[in-house]
Amino acid sequence: MTDPDIGPELVQLLTPEGRRVQDPRLGAYDARVAALAPDTLRAMYGDMVLARRFDTEATALQRQGELALFAPALGQEGAQIGSAHALAPQDMVFPSYREHGVLAVRGVDLLEVLTLFRGVDYGAWDPRETGVHLYTLVIGSQTLHATGYAMGLARDGLVGTGDPTRDAAVVAYFGDGATSQGDTNEALVFAAVNDAPVVFFCQNNGWAISEPTTKQARVPLADRGRGVGIPTVRVDGNDVLASYAVTAEALERARSGGGPTFVEAVTYRMGAHTTSDDPSRYRTREEEEIWRRRDPIDRLHAYLTSIGELPEDFLADVEAEADALGARLRQGVRAMTAPPAESIFDHVYASAHPGVAAERREFVAARAADDAAGSPVAAAREASTR
Amino acid sequence: MSTMTVTRVPAAGVANGAATAADGSTPAGQQAAANGPAADGAPAGSTTLTLAKAINLGLRAALAADPRVLLMGEDIGTLGGVFRVTDGLQKEFGADRVVDTPLAESGIIGTAIGLAMRGYRPVCEIQFDGFVFPAFDQITTQLAKMHYRTRGKLSLPVVVRIPYGGGIGAVEHHSESPEVLFAHTAGLRVVTPATPADAFTMIQEAIASPDPVIFFEPKGRYWEKGEVDLGRPYGTPSGGLDRARVVRRGTDATVVAYGPTVHTALKAADAAAAEGRSLEVVDLRAISPLDTDAVADSVRRTGRCVVVHEAPTAFGTGAEIAARITEACFYHLQAPVLRVGGYATPYPVARLEHEYLPTVDRVLDAVDRAIAF
Repeated sequence: MTDPDIGPELVQLLTPEGRRVQDPRLGAYDARVAALAPDTLRAMYGDMVLARRFDTEATALQRQGELALFAPALGQEGAQIGSAHALAPQDMVFPSYREHGVLAVRGVDLLEVLTLFRGVDYGAWDPRETGVHLYTLVIGSQTLHATGYAMGLARDGLVGTGDPTRDAAVVAYFGDGATSQGDTNEALVFAAVNDAPVVFFCQNNGWAISEPTTKQARVPLADRGRGVGIPTVRVDGNDVLASYAVTAEALERARSGGGPTFVEAVTYRMGAHTTSDDPSRYRTREEEEIWRRRDPIDRLHAYLTSIGELPEDFLADVEAEADALGARLRQGVRAMTAPPAESIFDHVYASAHPGVAAERREFVAARAADDAAGSPVAAAREASTR
Repeated sequence: MSTMTVTRVPAAGVANGAATAADGSTPAGQQAAANGPAADGAPAGSTTLTLAKAINLGLRAALAADPRVLLMGEDIGTLGGVFRVTDGLQKEFGADRVVDTPLAESGIIGTAIGLAMRGYRPVCEIQFDGFVFPAFDQITTQLAKMHYRTRGKLSLPVVVRIPYGGGIGAVEHHSESPEVLFAHTAGLRVVTPATPADAFTMIQEAIASPDPVIFFEPKGRYWEKGEVDLGRPYGTPSGGLDRARVVRRGTDATVVAYGPTVHTALKAADAAAAEGRSLEVVDLRAISPLDTDAVADSVRRTGRCVVVHEAPTAFGTGAEIAARITEACFYHLQAPVLRVGGYATPYPVARLEHEYLPTVDRVLDAVDRAIAF
């Protein structure tokens, strides 16, 4: 695909109209997709639909005042679901804060994602059990954690053994804005000189809040990798099959000891940066409309329909599952309550810290005194700070 | 390496720090005499070492005892560090354990976080105090908060070694004391040894700690010597990570110091003694947690408190101690808590640093003011 606002040399296996691209240069990627069973293709379709429903429900919950904030991934389902399907159970993911689709494929309960936006926890899922680190809100920081983790995998002899159930790699997810951060560039350097088994998966969704990608770079973002000697590939991020194939290829290289890869998945943030944002202040309806015609779900829908692999009963099942997810999210979010006040002091340190312990004692004593007093003054104070 | 890890329960155990704080000094030689032979050619019992060599041997003990311990930093391998604190360690343990990194401080700490998630115990060297700031975000935003935000599911046992302080005639950014910037951040332990003996034990305890530890090394004291008990098994708690220690008994005023200024405070106490005044000197050892009880115990006896550090006094450790001591023993105070330290200026040029750094004279002036109040 070539497009003036996208740039050259995008790996694409499905056209926006849903036709399979036949190009001998795409041989390795094409073979990976050709090897996928229809059930897997349908699973990708279902995962994209569920990810989109999650966005819709969470955005609605924010509008109803049930969430303080939400960061939708609308439009990026192809890049997220495709890349996530390339992961092996033993791989590790370091997300930014918008990778809801990736998390769902990894088996993270999306309700736990909403603990962050509800303000009752920081994500709550267990990074070790799920193979997904907590969301990182400071832009680009997680790229270094991913690289260090990958260096650890190599030290632990979990790379290049030839055993597909053992060899592991890491995917660092980040956005176009993050490519300007020092940490991201340092991560590329550390990964390159250490041959770290890490895939840098950059979702270039066109916008870093209000700043277009042209504010971050004069060259394709993938060139950041090339500059430090990391192989790079640009992929149509709204093509779930190409996103899968490119990531699978990069992960296999990493797991086998071939080192890092930089993937630039060109996609588009159809929604706002977060529910606090207003894209109408910085971009046009026309631009959004162009990208709406490249929708990743419509694309796979068209392809699967054309090959007779999207039966009505499957679509009905997906719809029912999405409805059930929506109901579970609405009920689950409303049931989330603030943790006990004293938990402010939990887990600040892994070992005893007299300073935190002293403040906890004072805090507990002050609350107990208020409760015991039951005075109108205490009640009024309590009410005024609510 | 096995004899290094042979279990030898120390007589004082965890209470050791408190015990030494109470009796005022550590009879290093006496303790060493009770020790068995040390491992691998390390001298048995008490040995005279520089502070730099004591840290070197502490790192060596940790590397030998725990295969998950890694040293990471700029020029720490072949060169042995610009201060030679890691001298010989790469040769002994290999380039995989003592790693020369790219020149990127945020990268060092950020990848150390990832390695710690894999179960490693990275010990990162920041070459000079003024070079830690590129890593400040990773340290304060990521390293400090991971245990908290994962509700205890992930702990990050990362040590960040930072040579700090002035008095060495250095160029810009090579003489600073940024300890309170880290002490102000919940989730970090901030410690600094003043003696070779503490340097040897505290670096090992820092590495063994499940928490991130910012380990400030008083670079101006790297070459000062002291007795070190090398027979101490790896990780034996000395209390140095959270207990202050009374290093000199006195009755007229308490001088609180840490790192490079402990030596200054002791010299001031000598000079005061010649004038017939008895100063008690407390070595904090840990900035976070701050051992308020130990300082308050001392101040209740002396009634006066002077805090000495190289960092600027404004918003500093001394200010925190003044607040805590005022609260803890207000009616025991004969005078306000006074501070001696750096000024609210950037660190000055080397030819003027003697005007900026706390000196024996400035400490004694503060003591005079406290006594005359």
